[in-house]
Amino acid sequence: MIRVSANPVVDIVAKLVTTAALMFAFVFVVMVPLYNVLCDALGINGKTASSAYTSVPAAVDEDRLVTIQFVATNNDGMPWEFAPSQTVMKVHPGAVNDTVFLARNPLPQPMVAQAIPSVSPSRAAEYFHKTECFCFNQQPLDGQASAQMPLQFIVDQDLPRDIRTITLSYTIFDVTEMASGAIAAR
Amino acid sequence: MCFNAKRLSKLALGPVLMLLSAFALANPEVNQVNMAPGVTEVGKEIYDLHMIILGICVVIGIGVFGVMFYSIFYHRKSRGVTPATFHESTQVEILWTVVPFFILIGMAIPATNTLLSIYDNDDAELDVLITGYQWKWKYEYLNENGENVSFFSNLRTPQSEIYNTEAKGEHYLLEVDNPLVLPAGKKVRFLITANDVIHSWWVPHLAVKKDAVPGFINEAWTRTDQTGIYRGQCAELCGKDHGFMPIVVNVVEPAEYDDWLAGKQAEQAEIAALMAQEFTLDELMERGEAVYQRNCLACHGANGEGGVGPAIAASAVATGDLSGHLEIGINGVPGTAMQAFGGQINDVEMAAVITYQRNAFGNNMGDLVQPIDVFNHKKGQ
Amino acid sequence: MGDHHHGPAKGLGRWLFTTNHKDIGTMYLWFSFAMFILGGAFAMIIRAELFQPGMQLVDPAFFNQMTTLHGLVMVFGAIMPSFVGLANWLIPMMIGAPDMALPRMNNWSFWILPPTFLLLASTLFMEGGAPAFGWTFYAPLSTTYAPPSVTFFIFSVHILGLSSIMGSINIIATVMNMRAPGMTYMKMPLFVWTWLITAFLLVAVMPVLAGAVTMMLMDIHFGTSFFSAAGGGDPVLFQHVFWFFGHPEVYIIILPAFGVVSQIIPAFSRKPLFGYDSMVYATSSIAFLSFIVWAHHMYTVGMPVAGELFFMYATMLIAVPTGVKVFNWVTTMWRGAMTFETPMLFCIGFLVLFTIGGFTGLMLSIAPADFQYHDSYFVVAHFHYVMVAGAVFSMTAAVYFWLPKWCGRMYNEAMGKTHFWISFIGFNLTFFPQHFVGLAGMPRRIPDYALQFADFNMMSSIGAFIYGASQILFLYNVIATIVAGKPVSDEKVWDGAEGLEWTVPTPAPYHTFETPPKVDPAHAHS
Repeated sequence: MIRVSANPVVDIVAKLVTTAALMFAFVFVVMVPLYNVLCDALGINGKTASSAYTSVPAAVDEDRLVTIQFVATNNDGMPWEFAPSQTVMKVHPGAVNDTVFLARNPLPQPMVAQAIPSVSPSRAAEYFHKTECFCFNQQPLDGQASAQMPLQFIVDQDLPRDIRTITLSYTIFDVTEMASGAIAAR
Repeated sequence: MCFNAKRLSKLALGPVLMLLSAFALANPEVNQVNMAPGVTEVGKEIYDLHMIILGICVVIGIGVFGVMFYSIFYHRKSRGVTPATFHESTQVEILWTVVPFFILIGMAIPATNTLLSIYDNDDAELDVLITGYQWKWKYEYLNENGENVSFFSNLRTPQSEIYNTEAKGEHYLLEVDNPLVLPAGKKVRFLITANDVIHSWWVPHLAVKKDAVPGFINEAWTRTDQTGIYRGQCAELCGKDHGFMPIVVNVVEPAEYDDWLAGKQAEQAEIAALMAQEFTLDELMERGEAVYQRNCLACHGANGEGGVGPAIAASAVATGDLSGHLEIGINGVPGTAMQAFGGQINDVEMAAVITYQRNAFGNNMGDLVQPIDVFNHKKGQ
Repeated sequence: MGDHHHGPAKGLGRWLFTTNHKDIGTMYLWFSFAMFILGGAFAMIIRAELFQPGMQLVDPAFFNQMTTLHGLVMVFGAIMPSFVGLANWLIPMMIGAPDMALPRMNNWSFWILPPTFLLLASTLFMEGGAPAFGWTFYAPLSTTYAPPSVTFFIFSVHILGLSSIMGSINIIATVMNMRAPGMTYMKMPLFVWTWLITAFLLVAVMPVLAGAVTMMLMDIHFGTSFFSAAGGGDPVLFQHVFWFFGHPEVYIIILPAFGVVSQIIPAFSRKPLFGYDSMVYATSSIAFLSFIVWAHHMYTVGMPVAGELFFMYATMLIAVPTGVKVFNWVTTMWRGAMTFETPMLFCIGFLVLFTIGGFTGLMLSIAPADFQYHDSYFVVAHFHYVMVAGAVFSMTAAVYFWLPKWCGRMYNEAMGKTHFWISFIGFNLTFFPQHFVGLAGMPRRIPDYALQFADFNMMSSIGAFIYGASQILFLYNVIATIVAGKPVSDEKVWDGAEGLEWTVPTPAPYHTFETPPKVDPAHAHS
């Protein structure tokens, strides 16, 4: 064992203080990133990858049909009208699918929204690839404006056979303040 | 009284059973001391597991306490005993490390099986989206053609019962205005999320408890053949009125469920029709008072005197510009506890409650809001 | 350092500037008792409101502040400091050291506590009220939806953490460096062992708690989104971080209690502790396991099934070392020559009730069953059996056991026994019916409840008032002993007591073991 000091009391105190400091750092540099990595990889909480999926799947599995169910939720204090254009889609694993979500800002002033995706069952999350999604970026909308927000996705061919329905939920948050803060900070 | 409900129903004792179950299913029962087996397969599995583990604990407890009390009675100084001096025994110590280990394995096997069936969400026949709000639940029946039926479920117990000015009813704090209605015998999948803070949806008789986390979606499921009313509550501390957001599930025969669902759809259509109607002040005031008590009273007080939220009596909003008042009611005040009620109550209710607020509590504004005004405001006119 | 042989300084300065482990221990003990009364007062308000259905005394928002402060004050203000106080008094005397290794730091780690709790209590009078999000302060209720006082709460938690870490470092440094010649690790009294392990746990997890509240602070004031889904964070992450601290914290509270009981039961059984080595190993295994079971507090949060299974199996394993401990205590009593003075009564009460708490803990570890138990009153009953009948009963036993040594006067035995029986009855009347209402479906942290739960809640409230009142008897007995108790001069005080602390004169002089005692290598541990 490394000795920090010839005085054994100073030695142990130095080691313990270091341990405490490392444990504090551990929360930020290990626990938080590790949790996010695990969530992305294993779909804990139904989190899906936060950036576009790029690798192209090999073949379309014409024999299987998976039901994709879309759900939209407004978070507290978010007045936008926000809904999927179609609530259910039947897709083949491997195929590229497109749909849109409809949004409208009823307020007179411009607002910025962030949609947060969540997939259920959570073990399906790692097989649900989004090649394009409005949730990758914050979405600004002028007062009283409407928009069609596109989503393009592929269900992996390796999706376990027993999963026949996947629910994709978007919760939309008002991040106008956060976004303006970021602009002001720049 | 302990009987297998399923087997009885196979004996075509339906009506008798319904009577019995209505009696047996007062839930929770008065002074109930044990977990209820509930009315689902999973619930019974959990109950059995609970009883097995409790039984094992009681047996071990009797053993340990038996030895201890024997010792307390016989190995006391007043009986003139000389204390022994032994202080270790490797064999005994190994024994009481290894034996509990095997007992635990015996418990882990049924526990694992039950857990796996709790997680078996596949092949549901009906999907219901449950959203937790401070302090109410929203239920949305997901439908393939996009015509979802959705409604809020609020505490129905009046403030007068809570604050002891009136006698409390039988289902005090466990009653809602719009219960969740489910068809018997069908597997129902719940998708659970929240609008603000974390809530938890718990109905003991259905053996379902799942956290509702804002921004994330959780799954649970249930299936019961036994019709009846099952009551539960929010189980995760979610702020001031955490104790006042009950859950009531009404399980009915599938045919009755279909009727109910059709009725709900008709009701939504009817509200659309009401939109075109003109109401008198009295009609609006009457409806508005009910809406106020369900949605506003918790924060703004029974007499509009304020509380968590500002006072409504003589407030600048309720006695000021009408469109400003509508704006706050519909879109809320971002960054405060004032929610955007535009998506929570329908336009008729909104018109009524705004009218009520402007004409009650001494706010004699005399103006009235029609549903069409609310609709137009929402569309930005 | 000046003259070592002077007595205590006079006046207030003695307490403000003292570096004496006995003075600091005394201050910790009185402070924790004051916090016990404060936290108890909050509990009385809770139980008074729950005496019958309907809202009578307080409004729901204030009720939530009471449950929150009750938890925080009891855990961080009463139980933890009381065991630190005990450690200060006893560890140097048990290992034959003249004082703690870092006496000045010892003074600071105590004196930052009272202002901190004053700050925490003052949040009650702030705009928006005190924290009302439960002692587990789950985000986003404690961040986006928190009252403004949350910032003061975060600051308090930081200081409490600092105090605990300083105290722990001191204990570890003392135990590792100040043992008398011949006092090997495996000869140390079990109380010293359990505290050594506790101190390591504290150094490891208090910074994690500090990290959790720091992230809250950043989310609230600096625009980060650790726990807010809107910015890509996750409220569930908070629960993982909190319980990574929170589960070891549970053992931080209970391990020193194990140590106390392991000192007292042999003394009144007049027989050495059975299975000393296995006690040490069991304590270490419990400490290790405490790091890999945290998510059993979160079975209903929506974890993947593999996660549920892992945490369930790991949690069930804790029953093995805990069982070993209980079996060892019972076997220590077996064929002893027991007497039942107040400390022994509290230890037997501990043994019975803690074992019941352990059983319900095992039941709660079963993930599928926990879907019904979670966040119900069953959980409230479980952790009060462990925290009150575990930690508080053993602490009470410790006070009765060592008080004569500390002040040279004997407490009133009849009053002590009365205190035990009233406590025991009051405690069980309070918490046993809570198992029932929990199983029947009553959620925790609610200010009002359905009529079906009324009778058991009324029982619970009556029990709580009885248990609360019995503490006044305790306070009276302790003060009466210090002021006018029957003098004791026998060094051992109790004929079955073993250990170095019983070799110094009674009452223990201001300075002890200025020359280290010789520990007989042939003599077994005590």
